[in-house]
Amino acid sequence: MNPIFDLTWLVPLPPAVACALIILVTNRNKSLSSAIAIAGVVVSLIIGWAVAFSAFVDHDLAHHPVNTTLFSIPTGLTDIDVGYALDPANALMLFMVPFLLVMIFIYARGYMTFPHHLKAVDFPEAHAEGKDPRYSRFMAYISLFAVGMLGLVTSNNLITFFVFWEIMGLCSYLLIGFWFEKESAKKAAFKAFVTTRIGDALLFIGMMVLYIVSEPSSLSFADLFSEDNLYELGRTYANLGFREVTWVSIITFLILCGTIGKSAQFPLHVWLPDAMEGPTPVSAMIHAATMVSAGVFLLIRMYPLFDRALHLTSTSMYLVAGVGAFTALFAATIAMAQWDVKRVLAYSTISQLGYMVAALGIGAYVAALFHLLTHAFFKALLFLGSGSVIHGMEHGHEHAHGHGHDDADDHASELIQRPDGSLDPNDPQDMRNMGGLLRKMPVTGWTFIIGGLALSGFPIITAGFWSKDEILAVAFEENSLVFLALAIAAFCTAFYTMRQMALTFFNRGRTEAADHASESTRSMTVPLILISFFAITLGWIGIPAAFPVLGPIGNNWLGHFLEPFMEVIYIHVLHPEFNFVPLLVSVAVALGGLGLGWLVYGKGLPPGETDPMYRAMGPIWQIFHRKYFIDELYDATVVRLSNFVSSFCASIDARWIIDPLVNLVGKAGVWLSALAAAADHLLVDGLVNLTANFMRWCGGVLTHLQDGKVQAYLVIAMMVLGIWVVLVGMPIVLTLV
Amino acid sequence: MANASQVALFATLFMPLVAGIWVLVFSRSDRAIRWSSILFSLVPLVLSAWLMLTYDRDAGELYGEISAPWIPMLNSNFRIAVDGLSLPLIFLTTLLSTLSLYYSARTIRTRVREYFVMFHLLELSMLGVFMALDYVLFYLFWEVSLVPMYLLIGIWGGENRSYASIKFFIYTLVGSVAMLLAILLTYLATGTFDILMAAEAQPFMQLDDHNRLLLGSLAFWGFFLGFAFKVPSFPFHTWLPDAHTEAPTAGSVILAGVLLKLGAYGFLRIVLPTFPEASQHWAWAVIAVGAVAIVYGAFVCVAQSDLKRLIAYSSVSHMGYVMLGIGAASLVLTPDGLNAVAGKFSDAVTSGQIYDSAVMALNGATLQMFNHGIITGALFLLVGIIYERAHTRDLSKFGGLSAKTPYFYGIMLVTAFASLGLPGLAGFWAEFFTFRGAFAIVPIWAAFGTIGIVMTAVYILWRIIQNVFLGEYDSTKLDHWTDVDGRHADGPTDMVFFEKLTMWPLVIGMFVIGIYPTWLLSFFNTASVRLIMFITGPS
Repeated sequence: MNPIFDLTWLVPLPPAVACALIILVTNRNKSLSSAIAIAGVVVSLIIGWAVAFSAFVDHDLAHHPVNTTLFSIPTGLTDIDVGYALDPANALMLFMVPFLLVMIFIYARGYMTFPHHLKAVDFPEAHAEGKDPRYSRFMAYISLFAVGMLGLVTSNNLITFFVFWEIMGLCSYLLIGFWFEKESAKKAAFKAFVTTRIGDALLFIGMMVLYIVSEPSSLSFADLFSEDNLYELGRTYANLGFREVTWVSIITFLILCGTIGKSAQFPLHVWLPDAMEGPTPVSAMIHAATMVSAGVFLLIRMYPLFDRALHLTSTSMYLVAGVGAFTALFAATIAMAQWDVKRVLAYSTISQLGYMVAALGIGAYVAALFHLLTHAFFKALLFLGSGSVIHGMEHGHEHAHGHGHDDADDHASELIQRPDGSLDPNDPQDMRNMGGLLRKMPVTGWTFIIGGLALSGFPIITAGFWSKDEILAVAFEENSLVFLALAIAAFCTAFYTMRQMALTFFNRGRTEAADHASESTRSMTVPLILISFFAITLGWIGIPAAFPVLGPIGNNWLGHFLEPFMEVIYIHVLHPEFNFVPLLVSVAVALGGLGLGWLVYGKGLPPGETDPMYRAMGPIWQIFHRKYFIDELYDATVVRLSNFVSSFCASIDARWIIDPLVNLVGKAGVWLSALAAAADHLLVDGLVNLTANFMRWCGGVLTHLQDGKVQAYLVIAMMVLGIWVVLVGMPIVLTLV
Repeated sequence: MANASQVALFATLFMPLVAGIWVLVFSRSDRAIRWSSILFSLVPLVLSAWLMLTYDRDAGELYGEISAPWIPMLNSNFRIAVDGLSLPLIFLTTLLSTLSLYYSARTIRTRVREYFVMFHLLELSMLGVFMALDYVLFYLFWEVSLVPMYLLIGIWGGENRSYASIKFFIYTLVGSVAMLLAILLTYLATGTFDILMAAEAQPFMQLDDHNRLLLGSLAFWGFFLGFAFKVPSFPFHTWLPDAHTEAPTAGSVILAGVLLKLGAYGFLRIVLPTFPEASQHWAWAVIAVGAVAIVYGAFVCVAQSDLKRLIAYSSVSHMGYVMLGIGAASLVLTPDGLNAVAGKFSDAVTSGQIYDSAVMALNGATLQMFNHGIITGALFLLVGIIYERAHTRDLSKFGGLSAKTPYFYGIMLVTAFASLGLPGLAGFWAEFFTFRGAFAIVPIWAAFGTIGIVMTAVYILWRIIQNVFLGEYDSTKLDHWTDVDGRHADGPTDMVFFEKLTMWPLVIGMFVIGIYPTWLLSFFNTASVRLIMFITGPS
C-alpha cells in the first residue's frame, strides 16, 4: 500500500485548524482571516490531490481499499470504530472537492464586499475597508464547512459520515442566514435546516435499522458490505404488520429520504431555491458543488445495498429512479420560468441532482458518479459567474445612480406588477434588468457560456455532454420511462440555459446598471477561468470505449478505474451496448433546446415586454413560474398542522388539562383544609366547649350548695344520708326478705 | 485505615456542609461570603475530578466505599460509595455548583448569607443522593434537597415565586411520600435498608407468581411516582416550567442540571436492579411517558412566549430521551420480555444483540443525563445573562441581538445546537445511543420519538435563534436596558468576563464530549453492562 494513503485522515484537519484560529485569534483582522482560511484549504488540496493522484495510478487500491481505525467508542461489549477510508470512489471526490473549495475560497475573498442591505453608519470600519462587517466570521464558517465535506468524503463508517453530514447542514444554515438582517435570509435559513432535518430524521431511522439488523452489528462500510450481510439483508423480512418487506428495501428507502432532503429532491426540494439568499460563493460551494451532491454521494457510498435492492426488483429502487427522474423534469420546467439569475441555477441544480438519483435508481453507478463530478465543476462555475454578474450589476447600479444610494434607493425601489412576475428595477439579480453583459464583463461572460454549454450537454466539447450521455445510454437500456423523462428534461435544460445566457449576456442592456456594469476583480475571475478548464476537459475521463473515433483514445478511464472496486463491494457492473439512438437523442435535445432558446430569446427582451413563452403558454407558464404552488401547499398543510399541534399541546398543558388538574388538586386541598378547619371549629371545638359549658353549668348549680349556711349543710347531709340509706339499705333489706 | 479514595469521597460529600457552616458563622462581609463559598466549592470539584481520574473504568467496582453503623435499631448504615454511574453525575454536580456559585456571587444582591448557605446545603443533599447506598440515607438526602430549592425559589425568585415554590414543593413531596411507602415495603420484604443488599435479595422472590408481581408492582409504582415527579416525566411535569421560570438563574441551573437527574438516577440505582420483573412488566409505561414527553414537550416548546419557560419545556422533552432509554432497557430484563422482543423485530436479531441494545439504551440515557446537565445548565445561564440586562424574558421583545452581542450569540449558538443534538456536539451521542437501543427493542415508539428530532430544530432555531438573535435590531421593542450590574445602558451589552468564565467550561464540555465521547462513555458503559449482567445473569 502506498504510504501516502495514510495521510487521508489529515485532509479535513487544516480547515478545522483555520476555523478555530479565525474564531479565537484573528477574527479582528479580515484580510488575515481570509488568508488563513485559504491556506487551510490549500493544504487540504495538496494532501488531497497527493492522495487522489496516488490512488488514480494505484491498481491495487480497488482490491484492497484503505480502511483504518483512529479510535473507538464503547457500546456494551462491542465498540464502534471510527476512522478513515480511501477507495476509488472517494478518491475521485478528493480530486474534485478540495480543488473547488480552494477556488471558491479565493473567489469569496474578493466577493465579500460591503453588502448593500447594511447601512454604512452602523459599520463605519467595515465600510471604509470595503468588506463585509462579518468577513472573518464568513471565512470561519466556510472553513468549518470544508471540514464537514472533506470529513464526509473520507469517513469509513456511516456514523461519522452522518456527523459530518450534519455539520455541513449547520454550516448551510449559518451561511444561508449569513445576512441575517434580511428577513428573507433568516427565514430561508430556518426553512433549509428544518426541511433537510425531516430527511435526516428518516435517514437516522434508516441508520438505526441498518445498524440493528446487520451482522455483525455495525455501521462501518467494510462490515456492512460483506457478501453475507448483503445477502441476509436481501433475504430476511421485516414484518410491518400489513405486509412483509425485505430489510434492504426498508433501509434503502430510508436512506433515500436522507438524500431527498440533502440533495433537494421532490418533495423536500423547497429549501434549495430559498437558500439562494446566502452569499453567492455559498451557493456555489454548498448548494451546487458539494453539500447537495453529498446526498447523491450517500447513495453512492451505500450503493451495495441499493444494488442488492435493484437485483431483487425492490419497490424502493423504482422509487429512487422515479424520484430522480420526476425531479429532473419537474425542476427543469420551473427553471424555464424564473427571472432571478440564481434561482434558475438553483432549480437547474435540483434537476441535475435528479439526473444522478435517477441514474442510481437504474443501476448506473459509474455514470452517476461521473455526472456528479462534472456537474460540480460546471455548476460551481455557473454560480460563481452569476455572482460575478450580480457584483457587476451592483457596480453598474452605483455608477449609474451615484454612491451612497443605500438608504434612499432601498425604499425607492418599487415593484412593478407584471403578469409574468413582478419586477424590481433595482434588483441586481433579475435577468430582465440585465442584457449585453458579455461586452462589459468578457471573462465572466465567456466562462459562463462555457459552463452553460456544459450544463446543456453541448456535444463532444463539454464535460456535461459525456456524463449526461452516459446516463441516457443506461436509461435507454434499462427503463424507457426514465429515459423519456430525462430526455425531455435535457431539452428543457438546454432551453433555459440559452434563455439565461441570452437574457444576461447578449443584445443590449435593459437598464442603466447593465450599461455601466464592469468586470469583477481578479480574485473572482481567475477561479472562473481555472474551473472552466475542467468544465470542458473532465468529460474526457469517461468517453465510452465504443464511441466512434474518440472512444479508443479516451478508453473510458473512469470505468476502468471504478469497475474493479465495484466488484469488490458486490455492485454489478453494467456494460451498456453502444447504441446510436440515445447518443443521437442526447445530441438532438441539447442542440434543439439551445436552438429553440436562441429562436425565442436571441433577439433579446425589449424593456417592459413579458416573456415570449408566457405569451405562448399562458397559465401553464404561470404554474412553472409559481413553482407549482408547492410552497403555498406546504404552508397551508404541514406548517399549519404543526403550529396547530403546538398550540394544542401547550393549551392541554397550561389551560385545559394538566395544570387545571394540578390546580384543582391544590384547590381541593385548600377546600379540604377549610372544611377541616370548620369541622374543627364546630365539632371538636364544639365538643370541648360543650364539656366546658356543662362543667360551668354544673358548677353554677353546685355553687348554691356552698353558700355558707350551716343549717342548709345539715339538711343536705341528712338528705344524702337518707338517700344513701334508701339506696344501700333497701337492697340489703330486700335480700334479707 | 481509610484510603485516599474514601477520604476524598467523604470530603466531597461533607465539604459543602463545612462551607455552609463557615459562611453562616464565620464570614463577616458579603464579599467574604461570596469568595469563601466559591473557594470551598472548589474542593469537592477537584476531589470528584480526582476520583474520576483514578477510577478503574474497566472493572466498574464500587469506589471509596465507607460503611458505618448509623441507626442500629433500624438496621440502617451510613453507607456511601460511587461507581461508573454516579461518579460522572457527582462531577456534574460539583461542576455546576461551582459555576452557579461563581455566577451568583455577582448577581445575587439580597440576603447573600442565606442564599449561599442554602446553596451549600443543596449541594450536600444532591451529592448525598448520588452516593448513598442505604435507603434511609438516600431518603434523608432526597428530602433535604427539597428545602433549599424551595427557599431558593421562594425567596430569590421572580414575581410569581410563591405559587411556583409551593407547587414545586407539594408536587415533589407527593412523590416522596409514595417513595417512602415503597421503601418501607422493600424493607419489610428484605429486612434491610441497604440498597445493594436489597437488590441482591430480590424482594418477594419467595412468593408465588401472582403475589410477587402484585407486591413488586406496588413497590415499582411507589418508586415510579417518587422518581417520575422528579424527572419530571409527562404528565407530572407542570411544576417544572413554573419552578424554572421563577427560580433565580443559578437555581434553574441546579434544578435542571442536577435535581432532575436524581429521579432518573433512582430508576437506575434502585428500581431496575431491585424490581426487574415489575420493571419489565411496567416498562411500556416508562417507554410511553418517555416517547410522549419527547414529542409533546417539543411541540409545547414551539408555542411558548417566555424564553425561560421554553427552555424548561425543552427539559421535559430532553428528559424524555432518558425515560425512553431506561424503559427500553427494562423491557428486556426478564427472559420472557427478551423472547417477546427478539422474535418481534426480526429473526436476524439475537438475544445477545438485544442485550447490547439494552446497554446502548442505558448508555444513551445516562449520557443524556450528563449532557442535559451541561447543555441545559448553560442555556439557563444564557437566559439569566440576557434577563439581567433586559429584565424580561418575553420573546416578542427581542430580535436582532446577534449584531449587538456577537459573543453572546456565538455561545448561544453552540449551546443551542448542542441541545438540538447536532453531531459533533455533546447532545448527539446521547440521542444516538438512546435511539439505537430503543429501535432494537421498541421500534414503533422510537420512530415516534424521532418526530422530536425535527421539532427540536423548529423550536430552537425558530423560537430562540431566529426570534432573539436574527433580523434587524429594533430599539423600539424594548426601551429599558441595563448592563449586568443594573446600571442604565443604551441597548443590549455583550457578555462580560465573569459570564464568559462561567460559560466556557460548559462549552468546552460540549465540544469534548461531542468530538471524543469515548472517555465519558466508558464510565457509563461499564456501569450499564454490570447492571444488565446483574439482572440477567452472566450470559
